[in-house]
Amino acid sequence: MRTSGSQFFRTATIGIVVVGLVIFALSGYMQPLFRTAISPLVSAQTWLSSRFMAVYEFVTVPRDIASLRSQNQALESEVAGLQTQIIELEQQLREAQVLYALLDFARSSPASQYVAAAVIGRDPSPFLHYVIIDHGSDHGLRRGMPVITDQGLVGRIDALTATAARVQLVTDPGSTVNVRLQSTRTEAQITGSVTGEIELGLVSQDTTLLPGEIVLTSGLGGGYPPDLLVGQVISVRSSGTDLFQSASVQSVVDFGSLQAVLVITNFRPVDITPLIPTNP
Amino acid sequence: MGALAAFPVLIITLMLQLAIISRLPLLHGTADLMLLVLVAWALQERVRTAWFWTLLGGVMVTLVSGLPFYMPVFGYLIATGVARLLRRQVWQTQLLAMFVTTFATTLIYHALSLAVLQIAGRGLPISDSLTLVTLPSALINLMLALPVYTLITDLAHWLYPAEIA
Repeated sequence: MRTSGSQFFRTATIGIVVVGLVIFALSGYMQPLFRTAISPLVSAQTWLSSRFMAVYEFVTVPRDIASLRSQNQALESEVAGLQTQIIELEQQLREAQVLYALLDFARSSPASQYVAAAVIGRDPSPFLHYVIIDHGSDHGLRRGMPVITDQGLVGRIDALTATAARVQLVTDPGSTVNVRLQSTRTEAQITGSVTGEIELGLVSQDTTLLPGEIVLTSGLGGGYPPDLLVGQVISVRSSGTDLFQSASVQSVVDFGSLQAVLVITNFRPVDITPLIPTNP
Repeated sequence: MGALAAFPVLIITLMLQLAIISRLPLLHGTADLMLLVLVAWALQERVRTAWFWTLLGGVMVTLVSGLPFYMPVFGYLIATGVARLLRRQVWQTQLLAMFVTTFATTLIYHALSLAVLQIAGRGLPISDSLTLVTLPSALINLMLALPVYTLITDLAHWLYPAEIA
């Protein structure tokens, strides 16, 4: 009887201690003790795991390098393909931007009818400033039709075939365009040059000509429609002994990167040659 | 065979000239690929179709250029004549002849172009034309002379293989 009472007392003590430890553990009072006890175990586990992984990698690395190399090649080829696509898309985007600009311009000037054409070449002779476009008489183009961009005047058609045309730029040495100065409404004339510069001439000495003056086509002579933007005066040359003033004009069109143009198809140039009096 | 080869070779040359070469100026001068091809062809030993190539090339350039129609044909005929003359009588080293002919014919061709354009009523200043167009063009032509000569020589050897005695 005494033995069974002692047994019960021991069991109850153990149970109370265990329950107490559980309550202590659940309430967080045992954390420092656990940390102290577990920390060496974690360190040992880490050491063991790292050594195992080192050995594992040492054994399996050759197979991984081969697979990584093949993956790398596949990715590199994919990157190359994507880069090619990016370049193509950028090129298409640039072309689309040019065409959108031309389309906007055409919509803003509904009175004129336009045919859009791409520039496909330049004249082989460096003395001449001509470009070749990919539309010709089959598309309704005719000799003398004005050629523009959304920025301003480019030139006019000089010769054409069924599917292509040659455009004389306003920078060509043989090009002459009658123009008007926007602020003073003075008539003048621009000519091209072998270097591609545009020279403004036949401006009377009475006219106030200043840098920044806007130059538009005048429509005189019937070669071009009026009020097409040509460019801006950048420097004036005036001498008291000269009959006329002259100036350099900066064209609004970048002829070096001309990609697409608009041909005004409802404008027919007027040939005034028979009306010019000849010496008897 | 040499005459037939003229068509694809000169068409490709003209396309390259219009689309690429004319868009790569040095100052205001550009290379004349057609002139280089015709001169290189005329310098080849076994070639007998140089004059035909010249006429064909001249007509092709005439079709696309704003120059008067006779000018490219006439200019290229003179260039070929100079090349044949140098090849037969003066130079033993053809590559040297290529450089000399390129420089000389560029000057001659540009002088003719200037003269014709002056007659046509385009006032081109001589000094600007020389310094900004002709001399840069001659320099680019000289730079392209070697690769063009190499390619044309390979083509000539392919079309006219050497006879083995």
